[in-house]
Formats: sequence, structure tokens, C-alpha cells
Amino acid sequence: MIRLERRPQPSRLWVWCTPLLAVALTMLAGGLMFAALGKDPIEAIRTIFFDPLFNPQFASYSRPQLLVKAGPLILIAIGLALGFRAGVWNIGAEGQYIMGAICGAAVALALYPLDSPIVFPAMVLAGLLGGFAWAMIPGVLRTAFNTNEILVSLLLVYVAEQILAAMALGLLRNPDGGGFPGSRNLQQYPSAANLELIAGTGMHWGVVTAFITVILAYIVLTRHVLGFHIRVTGSSPRAARFAGVVPARLILICLGVSGALAGMAGLYEVAGPAGQITIDFNSGYGFTAIIVAFLGRLHPVGILLAGLLMALTYIGGELAQFMLGLPAAAIQLFQGMLLFFLLGVDVLSNYRIRIGRPGVA
Amino acid sequence: MKLKTLLTSTALALGVANAAAAQDPTQACFVYVGPIGDGGWTYQHHQGALAVKEAYGDKVEIQWQENVPEGADSERVMTQMALSGCDIVFATSFGYMDPINNVAAKFPDVKFEHATGYKRMHPNVTTYNSRFYEGRAVVGHIAGRMTETNKIGYIASFPIPEVVMGINSYYHHAAKVNPDVELVVTWVYTWFDPAKEADAARAMLDQGVDVITAHTDSTAPLAEIAKEGGKAIGFGQASDMAAFAYNDDGTPGPRVASIIDDWSPYYVKRVGQLMDGSYEQTDSWGGMPEGEVVIGEMTDAIPADVQAEAQGMIDAITAGEYHPFTGPMSNQAGEQFLAEGETIEDGPLLGMNFYIEGITAEIPQ
Repeated sequence: MIRLERRPQPSRLWVWCTPLLAVALTMLAGGLMFAALGKDPIEAIRTIFFDPLFNPQFASYSRPQLLVKAGPLILIAIGLALGFRAGVWNIGAEGQYIMGAICGAAVALALYPLDSPIVFPAMVLAGLLGGFAWAMIPGVLRTAFNTNEILVSLLLVYVAEQILAAMALGLLRNPDGGGFPGSRNLQQYPSAANLELIAGTGMHWGVVTAFITVILAYIVLTRHVLGFHIRVTGSSPRAARFAGVVPARLILICLGVSGALAGMAGLYEVAGPAGQITIDFNSGYGFTAIIVAFLGRLHPVGILLAGLLMALTYIGGELAQFMLGLPAAAIQLFQGMLLFFLLGVDVLSNYRIRIGRPGVA
Repeated sequence: MKLKTLLTSTALALGVANAAAAQDPTQACFVYVGPIGDGGWTYQHHQGALAVKEAYGDKVEIQWQENVPEGADSERVMTQMALSGCDIVFATSFGYMDPINNVAAKFPDVKFEHATGYKRMHPNVTTYNSRFYEGRAVVGHIAGRMTETNKIGYIASFPIPEVVMGINSYYHHAAKVNPDVELVVTWVYTWFDPAKEADAARAMLDQGVDVITAHTDSTAPLAEIAKEGGKAIGFGQASDMAAFAYNDDGTPGPRVASIIDDWSPYYVKRVGQLMDGSYEQTDSWGGMPEGEVVIGEMTDAIPADVQAEAQGMIDAITAGEYHPFTGPMSNQAGEQFLAEGETIEDGPLLGMNFYIEGITAEIPQ
């Protein structure tokens, strides 16, 4: 008989091993799925995980793209992880990302065609404030009226999407665009463009900010009293009171920081890779970042690695789609498996597997 | 007919001979905004891609990618396609406009074709579209003749010229045969969202609308109309949606006709031109004459005389004898923009951002 026995405290070894195990299991189950679809599983896995990094035909292009794709994921996931650790569930990063992009782009479009070094920093600030303000809605409602921040933040995503559509069609529409929706392309406005800092590396300001944020988050969580408050609130809210935590303030800080980071991610994206505010500018970074945060164990360094891994599955998945003719749904299923197995094998961190009858072994 | 067959086979043989001279098969690559699924916009483009393969066999290879978000992701996908050796890339959604031009600049030897766009910033970028408003004219005529409540509906996606010209064409041809007809427009701000489309259809039906056409992709409006048990009708959009043409007992269902986007003629032609060396940058806007806009089977729910009138209109448009935007036509303020017998130029039509006289709603800003 196999049974689970609760560990007195989570196993440190397994906490770090389970993500690797989950990736291995995903490769295994995904390989079976690809085989069932009539594709060579080894080739499919190789195309997803190996080709974007080492294929001589693609790698010089796809390696930098990895950073472009991972940057916003990491930036958003770091903010979310702070909240998740304290038991503050911001599920609406997608909405904050959209609002950041709108506010930042609005500043650029208002100043157009001003040529000044002030433009870009002003946009970053506006993006940050836009995301922050949008996250403050669930924050204030939670602290003042005890509403559920999960629901409020999630539903505000749909509100943000409507505002985005209205902006792309109305206020921010390109006046030279012949009546078509979508703003001016910020890539073509040098003062506002968030271009590669070093050509061919994929490094734009958003990626730089993401890396800096990883370091700052690490310091905050391990060295700063705020990190202590977050950790103690997450593990025991009652104990946190005695440790001097003001719950309302912590909730506002967690939501505010994650909103601001998501807003900045949106701004960097709209000023750089995306270029313009369009009706469906958002492509799900805010939701994918939730997976990244958990895959990275809510730890800054883990999130950095998880973001890069997730980006790899995206870019490799695209390659597999058109090189091998795999359907898009199979790639999404593959990504979903990753989270599924991660949550599934998590049981090993908290429980020990015992074989044999209780009391006998 | 015989001459045409002969010409086609000669052209085919020529294309084949030229491609055989080249070492590798021509690679045609397709970027899709949605899943291929079993109907709708992306499905129709994929049918076109399959037709290319069908036409040229081993001389071509087709590759495609579904669910490519517009914006930064599409730029990466198209770059990877160009790197992998695609000779021609068809990007099948409006939002790929700036990305495709960015990628085209980096790969001057690869041909790029953008559906529904208007930016050709480089010599290797072509744009193409279909005159869907021709189909709208035919279903508008059917709507005007068949409505009993004199209320017809249009489920609209986004207030862009493409949709506005469809609404105008639909209403113009309904009002022409039924001056009492009133148009209800509902904006759903999506190209595909079954729940929203169904809600819009339901709201219209509750207001007494009994003929609905949709500028969105799903079959949800038809499913909603089916609940009325024959009191209301609708049309297939993009695909034929034949599943809704007849009920299980054999009686006519909610879908009485359809507007089918058929991209096969265009894709086969362009890939053929690329292979035989006659390829040139163009801005193509085909319609019924080119076989790109097709009206699907009209069911017996449509009275025989109305069917005959609709067929007459299809024939006239196909023969180039009738343009759906023929004057006199006026805008909502009553100012005439087309004089008696005058037909609209493509430029103003492509930028159409106003409703015609008789439509009481406003275009949302």
C-alpha cells in the first residue's frame, strides 16, 4: 500500500527539485502526445527546447527574442510573487499591463512629435502610475470594504480591454491612419521608441528593468523588513499582527507594486516590440506571468529562470508549429501540462511517500 | 469554357515546368490569427492554402501557424518563417500590418502578402482583400424582401471602413426593395466571441428583428436564431455554415444563404506567378468576378422569386455590370456623394467612415 505522510516541514530538496521533475514529466507526457499526433516526439521536443537556442539557422535570431519574450513575464511575475507570498492574490495583472501601456502611450502621443530626452522617462512614469492606479482599485475596495481582490482584479481586466478598444478606435487613434483603428507606431517616433540598446541582443529597457527588479526583489525579500512582513503574513497572518504588520498597508503595497511593475511591462512593450496601441494589443502576458511566478517558486531567481523557460516554450512552440505542423492547441496543452505537473508533484515537497501499511514500516 | 480549361492547363504546365527547373519546391507560408477550426475566417484561408498544395503538388510546400497574436509575436513568427526558407508569406489579419512591413525590410528576397491591409512600404509587400460588400448587397436584398417586422439586424465587429461599407451595402439593398425597413446595428468589438455574438443576436430578436447578418465569425447568432423556430432568419458568414441550413426534420433552418470567402483562386494565382516568374507587387481587391466572394446555396426558405432576383444580382455583379455602390446615394446628412448612375471609386470606399441616408444610428467613436 502506498500512502502519503505529511512532512513536519516542506522538504528543501524537493522544493527545488519539483520544477525540474515537472519539466521532465512534461517532456515525457508531451512527447507521448506528439507521438499520438503522428509526429516524432524526440524531434518535437528538440525543436521546442533546443532549436531556439542552438539551431544554426534560427538561433542568432531566436536567442535575443527569448529575452524580449521573457522580459515582461519576469517583470510582472516578480510583482505578483510578492503579493502571492503574502496571500494577496492579484489575478488582474493583464489589466494593469493594459492600463500601463495606454497611459504611457498616451503621454508619448500627447507630446508627439516633440524631440526630447524627457519623453521616454515621462512615458515610463506614466506607465508605472497607470498600472499602479488600476491595481489600487481592488486594493482600496479590499481594505475599505473587504471585497475579494481576486474577483475585482480579474474582472477589471475585462474593463481594461474595453478601454483599450475604445482608445484604439477613438482618443489614441492615428490621425494619419485613414480611419483604421490603432495608434501611431511608437517605433517610428525616436524619442519614444524602446528599441534594442545593443543591436542583435534583444536587450531593451524592459529587459534591463526586469533584471534589476529581480535583484531588488531578492534584496527586499531576504534583507528588508518589508520582505519579512510579506513572508510572515503569508505563513501566519495572526503572527504577523504581533510582528507589527498593518494588514491594510501590506495589501496596498503588494497590489501597488505588482500593478506598477505590470504597468511598466505594458509600457515597455507598447513602446518597443508591439509599437502601437491596437484593439487586441495585450497578448496574455499578465495571465502567463501567474504560471511563471509559481513555476519559479515565488522566488526572484526562480522566476528569472521560469520566465526564460516559458519564453523558450513559446518560441520553440512556434517553431514546432510550422516546422513540424503541430497544431497550436497541442503547444498550448504542452504549456498547460507544465503547470499541471508542477502543482501535481508539489505534493512531494509537503508529503513523503510511504510504501507499506501504517505502523509496520 | 474549353478555351478556359486549355488556358488553365497550359498555365499550370508552364508553372510546373518552371518550378521543376528550380531546385527546391516553392515554400508558401501562412500566418493565421485564429485556430483553423471547422469554419470561419482562418478556416477559409487555410482552405486556400490547401488549394495551393492541391494545384501544384510536389512543386510547393505549404507551412502555416495558427493563433498568432497581432503585434510583436507576429513579427517574430514571420521572421522565423523567412529564416526557415519561406519564399512567400501570406499574413491573414489586419493587425499584421506594421510587423509584416518591418520583416519585409529585412528579407528583400522573400515576398510578403498582407490580407486586408493598405501599407506597402517595401517593393516585396503586396496587399490583397476581397469585396465582401458585394455579398452584403445580395443578402441585404434578401433581407429587405423577406423581413416581416421591417426590422433587420447587423452584428458588427469594429467600426472600421471594412465593416461600415458592409453595413451600408446591406442596408442600401434592403431599403431599395423595402423602403420601410429599419436597421439595427450592434457593435460587439470582437471578430470571434460566441457568447457576445449570441447576446447581440438575442437582444435583436427581442426587439423584433427577424433577419440578422453578422460581421463576426462564429455560428452562435445562427444558433440563437434557430431558437425562434422559423420566425427569424440569418446568413452564414465567411464559411457556408451549412449545418444550419436545414433542421433535423428536413425543413429549412435559420441559415438561408451565406457569404463565403474563397481565397483559393487568389492564392493559387499568386503562388503560380511566383513560380513562373511573372510575380509583381500588387494591391488586389477581388470579388465575385474573381470567384473570391461566393454566395452559398440559397435554401427553400427563400421564395423562388426572391431567389431569382438575388441570382440576377449575383450574375450582374459577377459580369461587372452592377456595382453595389451606384448612385444616387446620400450620407446621413442628406448630402449626395454619388450622383445618379455614378459608381464609387475604390479610394473613398476603402476609407468609408459614414453611414448612408436612412440609417438612424451613429458610428461609435
